[in-house]
Amino acid sequence: MRASVERLAGLLRKEALQIVRDPSALAIAFLLPAILLVIFGYGVTLDPHHVPLALVIEQPDAVTQSFVSELGGTPYFTTETFNTIQAADRAFDAREVSGIIWLRADFARQLSSRGDAPIGVIVNGVDANTARLIEGYLQQTWATWLSARSRVLGTRAGLPIEVQPRIRFNPAVSSRDYLVPGLIAIVMTLTGALLTALVIAREWERGTLEALMVTRASIREILLAKLLPYFVLGMGGMLATLVLAVTLFGVPFRGSLLVLTAAAALFLLAALGMGLLISSVARNQFVAGQIAVIVTFLPAFILSGFVFDIRSMPWAIRLITHIVAARYFVAILQSEFLAGDVWSVIVPNALALLIMASIFLGAARLGARKRLD
Amino acid sequence: MWRAIFALIVKELLAVLKDPKSRMVLVVPPLLQLIVFGYAATFDLNRVPIAVYDQDHSQASRDLVAQFLGSRIFEQVASPKSARQIDPLIDSRKVDLVLSIDRRFTRDLLTHRPAPVQLIVDGRDSNTALIILGYANSIITSFSLRWMQSHGDPPAPAVLDVRAQYNPTLRSQWFIVPGILAVLTQVVTLMVVGLSVAREREAGTFDQLLVTPFTQGEILIGKGLPGLLIGTVEASVIILAAVLWFDVPLRGSLFALYFGVLLFVASVIGIGLMISSIAVTQQQALLGAFLFMVPSIILSGFATPIANMPTVIRKLTWLNPMRHILIIVRGVFLEGSTTSAFIPEYAAMAAIAAVSLFAAGWLFRRRVY
Repeated sequence: MRASVERLAGLLRKEALQIVRDPSALAIAFLLPAILLVIFGYGVTLDPHHVPLALVIEQPDAVTQSFVSELGGTPYFTTETFNTIQAADRAFDAREVSGIIWLRADFARQLSSRGDAPIGVIVNGVDANTARLIEGYLQQTWATWLSARSRVLGTRAGLPIEVQPRIRFNPAVSSRDYLVPGLIAIVMTLTGALLTALVIAREWERGTLEALMVTRASIREILLAKLLPYFVLGMGGMLATLVLAVTLFGVPFRGSLLVLTAAAALFLLAALGMGLLISSVARNQFVAGQIAVIVTFLPAFILSGFVFDIRSMPWAIRLITHIVAARYFVAILQSEFLAGDVWSVIVPNALALLIMASIFLGAARLGARKRLD
Repeated sequence: MWRAIFALIVKELLAVLKDPKSRMVLVVPPLLQLIVFGYAATFDLNRVPIAVYDQDHSQASRDLVAQFLGSRIFEQVASPKSARQIDPLIDSRKVDLVLSIDRRFTRDLLTHRPAPVQLIVDGRDSNTALIILGYANSIITSFSLRWMQSHGDPPAPAVLDVRAQYNPTLRSQWFIVPGILAVLTQVVTLMVVGLSVAREREAGTFDQLLVTPFTQGEILIGKGLPGLLIGTVEASVIILAAVLWFDVPLRGSLFALYFGVLLFVASVIGIGLMISSIAVTQQQALLGAFLFMVPSIILSGFATPIANMPTVIRKLTWLNPMRHILIIVRGVFLEGSTTSAFIPEYAAMAAIAAVSLFAAGWLFRRRVY
């Protein structure tokens, strides 16, 4: 037992020295997460602001003017007036404007005679999500305009139903508050898997792992010594991103630090375990790197619910998302930041993380038998 | 001279394709990813679980609820009996939306007062929240308009008549699948070239290459062309899959698309070789590749629009080849554009390719250890 502790201490010292002397490992653990979080936190938002719209008003009058000022009064749109629909179409095709509002010559007449005067709207549907959001904003603006108009004219109040939206946890519907917590999972997936995947594959390639194998250290000790330093590094990086998310981006943190730390530790173990597994399967840096890209970053980005809602995916894909560890961590992060300790979210997701961590670590342990081939 | 370069290219291709494991990772995962991500990466909602808290229990309120459930977008999974039950349903993520119809709903409708309908939405996923609100609003609006018509009220003075150009049904798959083309082509190309120099440097064979009569330019070609070949083949396979499997319309000119793909792959190769020649070990090269790849995907407009980014970051994205190829790919696929529409994008990618390839060639010699 004592000997084992000593061996482990020796191995740990070796790994720690390797990390400290190769600045790239320290850079991956601390610098990379911080830089990525800052760039992404600023760069990644889904909320359209100041969407450029082309206005074509064939017969301007007081009514059209009131609609235009309603549009300009929101932070969502900036408007530019064009004289003909052809000119607006050209600007639209050149992607100078994202949409066209077209009030035809008989708009005012139709409006005052039989109603239902069409407000022609053309949006660029290529980015379907943004198009849908723009449509939603326009609809909101239109409803406000209607009720303002009816107040002026003293007719019945706009539409018969008054919609009262209440958005829990994120009343300003800021996509940054939603995306930044998820980014922490993305960034940590990268660092965790990358660190271990590369490090072990390198030892295989150089043959130094074989050198370790002829020592008395058991494979468990070797793996543990690899895991621990990177675990400490990873938790440090996690803390750094957490502090940045709250201080720099002002994302509210409503949960408890203890719960988040525990979940983060579980997630990191799963990520590191996956890295270990990859490297012991690949035994070659090129393949390990390829696999790390394929199974970590892209799935964490696309299949974790970080931007694409898992519930909108077809069931077969939803099934696949269950093997993506980031999925569970993203769910916990989003609740911890915006909602608080919601146990019905935390417990099942933390359990799933625990299971994944044990499977990956167990498989890595099995895959890394002392064997030469 | 060309025979020698050809031999170099063959050697590079063999280095990548000889090993069955590395051959496999170039072929199988990209295809799998295309299929999985093509279905997974969607902003479209369907079967959103909702709860209905109907306090009115009238014909009108039931009609409204039926409109919601008839849309296939919403699916009722709970009917809370009191206002206290609403928040826990949302907190635990059992439902995304609670439709709460006030007790005075019918009375207000009939007495021409605004009838209140509350929509309580889970804001943790702000994008889903906004889209749900958008769908809910349009259902309620069409209900309102129909109500006005059937009860002899004067119609609304003006109505929105929205048409989405290029993608009338707003399928986000049409937006995402061409984007995946760019992402996967970049990943594969970067992996092939990004490690090529570092691998040889670690093995010591790069020094041998440097003492052969090859010039920097020739070594550059020998290292770069295999990447161009593999990247273009990869892109072609994905284009085929996008059209044949995902039914994304390909409306514009194939020439414009391939010209863009070639420039894009060339600029990724340049960046990959640059990273590879700065790096001393394969690990550093892989790190460098990652450090370039992750921001280049996230800040490319692949999932979150560039127009929403702050000005500084928006300007920085001009250095990102993926930003340009995404505009070209989506333009050719959906907007039916031709070569003339993409002059700035072609120019930017050509500049990135030229600068990075030149820098890589220069670095080859400077970094002999």
